[in-house]
Amino acid sequence: MDAPSQAAAGAHAAHAHAAPTGFIRKYVFSLDHKVIGIQYYFLALLSVLVGMGLSLLMRIHLVWPQANIPWLGHIAPETYLTLLTMHGTFMVFFVLTLAPQGGFGNYFLPIQIGAADMAFPVLNMLSFWTTFVAFCVMLAAFFVEGGAPLHGWTGYAPLSALQSSGPGEGLGADLWIISIALFCAASLMGALNFITTTLDLRAKGMTLMRMPLTVWTWFVTAMLGLLAFGVLLAAGILLLLDRNVGTSFFVPSGLVLSGNLVKHKGGSPLLWQHLFWFFGHPEVYIAILPGMGVASQLLSTFSRKPIFGYRAMVYAVLAIGILGFLVWGHHMFISGMSPYSGFAFSILTMAIGVPSAIKTFNWLGTMWGGRIRFTTPMLFAIGFVSLFVSGGLSGPFLAQPQLDIQLHDTYFVVAHFHLIMGVAAIFGIFAATYYWFPKMFGRMMNETLGKAHFFFSFVGTYAIFMPMHYLGMAGHPRRYSQLTELGYLHNLMPLQKFISIVAFITIAAQFIFLFNLLWSLFKGKKAGMNPWQATTLEWTVPSPPPHDNFGGVVPVVNHGPYEYGVPGAASDFVMQTDPAGAAGAH
Amino acid sequence: MGLVLLVVIWLITLISTYYFAIDKWAMLPLASAHGVAMDSWFHVTYIVVGVVFLAAQIGLGWVVWKSRDRGDGRPVSYSHGNTKMEVVWTALTAVIFIGLNLAGERIWAESRFQGAAPSAIKVEVTGLQFAWYFRYPGNDGRFARTKPELEDASVGNAVGIDDEDPAAKDDFVTGTLVLPVDRETELTLRSQDVIHSLFIPAMRFKQDAVPGLMIKMHFKPTQVGEYEIACAELCGLGHYKMHGMLKVVSQPDYERWLAQKEADKLASE
Repeated sequence: MDAPSQAAAGAHAAHAHAAPTGFIRKYVFSLDHKVIGIQYYFLALLSVLVGMGLSLLMRIHLVWPQANIPWLGHIAPETYLTLLTMHGTFMVFFVLTLAPQGGFGNYFLPIQIGAADMAFPVLNMLSFWTTFVAFCVMLAAFFVEGGAPLHGWTGYAPLSALQSSGPGEGLGADLWIISIALFCAASLMGALNFITTTLDLRAKGMTLMRMPLTVWTWFVTAMLGLLAFGVLLAAGILLLLDRNVGTSFFVPSGLVLSGNLVKHKGGSPLLWQHLFWFFGHPEVYIAILPGMGVASQLLSTFSRKPIFGYRAMVYAVLAIGILGFLVWGHHMFISGMSPYSGFAFSILTMAIGVPSAIKTFNWLGTMWGGRIRFTTPMLFAIGFVSLFVSGGLSGPFLAQPQLDIQLHDTYFVVAHFHLIMGVAAIFGIFAATYYWFPKMFGRMMNETLGKAHFFFSFVGTYAIFMPMHYLGMAGHPRRYSQLTELGYLHNLMPLQKFISIVAFITIAAQFIFLFNLLWSLFKGKKAGMNPWQATTLEWTVPSPPPHDNFGGVVPVVNHGPYEYGVPGAASDFVMQTDPAGAAGAH
Repeated sequence: MGLVLLVVIWLITLISTYYFAIDKWAMLPLASAHGVAMDSWFHVTYIVVGVVFLAAQIGLGWVVWKSRDRGDGRPVSYSHGNTKMEVVWTALTAVIFIGLNLAGERIWAESRFQGAAPSAIKVEVTGLQFAWYFRYPGNDGRFARTKPELEDASVGNAVGIDDEDPAAKDDFVTGTLVLPVDRETELTLRSQDVIHSLFIPAMRFKQDAVPGLMIKMHFKPTQVGEYEIACAELCGLGHYKMHGMLKVVSQPDYERWLAQKEADKLASE
């Protein structure tokens, strides 16, 4: 026996915890990675509704600042800042980090490598419930005196470090930091679990180079999380101390706020930015890498062809992961940081374009000459590629400091990150939902509704975010609650109105998805074991899989993950567990 | 479905490109010396990225349509990749992206690696929630020291000038930045409370004002006129209304204005 399979065999014995029978242990405090994955998914779904609702209010306020909104009344300028802060926070942390990794990663990583569960089931449960507490604390910030903070999801000090810097910067800001600190702790637990599971619990024959690309991206994402969330956790604690204990990590001396001399001395506002972006940039990849894995998996499955350049894809993911840690300073070109470091960060940032381009070329190469089945998950995977390209290509503007001078903190940046880490990642989540729903719930989602949802979302996304590039190039600063004060913004109002109207339609179209999801849970067509004729291990077990995934049988892997269209094979796909020597397959 | 997808992707791509190309919501007309190189480099990047964008999206639409399942049962091209192709496109993107970057960096270097010429006009910019103040050193060319405890806009000393410093005699502070055309200006940026960012779109100028730091930047206006100044870094509830004006005037007008300001200052002593 080789080392991984020995470990796997031992681990299977260790993790054969019996299926719980009571409701609480089965559905609430469950140790089963599948239940925990679903819990994460629905928490992310709840968060995306909150985040989307906040963006709806922002879009209304921007173009109709006097509008009277039922329940809320008139939105004040500072409330607009609260909305954008909480929109960014919920979306980045509780949606883009949770759904792809905590949700689908938790559910499918163990199955795809042939394990009965995660390496540390209790830690897994703890990780989810800590995240849930973080979610509740974040929500609570809306309801305390002064409301939620207005310092943006990046929480730049000293705005975030001084209680008197604005409404919401009192208890609301403290809760915001505490929530993020809890979230970091939970993410660290999750990351440890993912890494250990991938390294130690692979079934016999599941070599690293036979892992599905989804597993590779979850694995690399976990490593990014392990290194990045620790730094944010530390930064959050320091910020909390500055705010409440009188330390001065981020607050320099001699500040005067609303006529009062601030007592702090000796801190550096740039230190916060360095710490925050050392987390913040890898976070972008934490959000998008799993989407890349899903896109790879789906493009191969539905083109009925092996992935083009599997090894190159793996190396590209690793390269993106490593480079992702070396580019945080590109958020700080005009922050007052040394212009020489700007130079270095710029070159490293442009270098990320290379592995990103490799991925794009290989996705096209995967589809080329295939027999594409245009299922809903495939449409979202293709949409992912399109959005990834569009969002990625505004990168070369922002990565060059001489151009970033003009574009920094304008809508151009908003357009860039929404396309690539926002909507592309969300398309990855949608693709994964439509693809794995049959496995998770034993029923198919409705294809007609799915396709309608795709086209509304795809066209809507472009109609919302392409014009934001034009706004940014025209010099429209972001985070402006009203366009009334700067004269040159008046011309841009029609464009803002257009964006708002398309946003309303696109948001409304998301209810097609929500309806499809809930309706299919109960009324969807029954799914078999392998409705997509896919090759990876999750498609060898019943839908939904039994408590220990493989019914006590340890799978043995004989093939790579994407053996489609193998010449001479009996069908057009060879399962990873099919006997060795299936005609010509790797 | 393949055809529908092709049409949708191509339409999105062409409409987006059309609006990029006609430049309907253009950058404000350029009015500074260093901005010439920035704008032309912007256009170079625009064209390179535009070509890649068109090629990638048009190619994507074409590939999905061309590779659709035609139901004719023909075999797919079973392939795990093509090393030669991968090496070529990796090298190609490396050359394009990193080359573009290296070729453009001199523009950044020219404006940021060197300080202002000694003859540059010196103005100190102070950002505070939610206004910009501009301090001129007066005839002695020296800024008097400031003290945070003296900062009080209600007594006309928003930036906290210490009158005990002899250099304070001729320092004066304005709410509008007035500069002569075709002269280099050195701005020293500071902030009293939180981070602000001095953004003058027509000058292609943006720099954060960070509390605790004195950041020196320089530029040269080349067109007489009035230009709006915005704050580009979220600084609190009044962020959107933290704006100012830059007035670029002829050299004689500037001297007249300066003399008038000095006279006003001395009269108020």
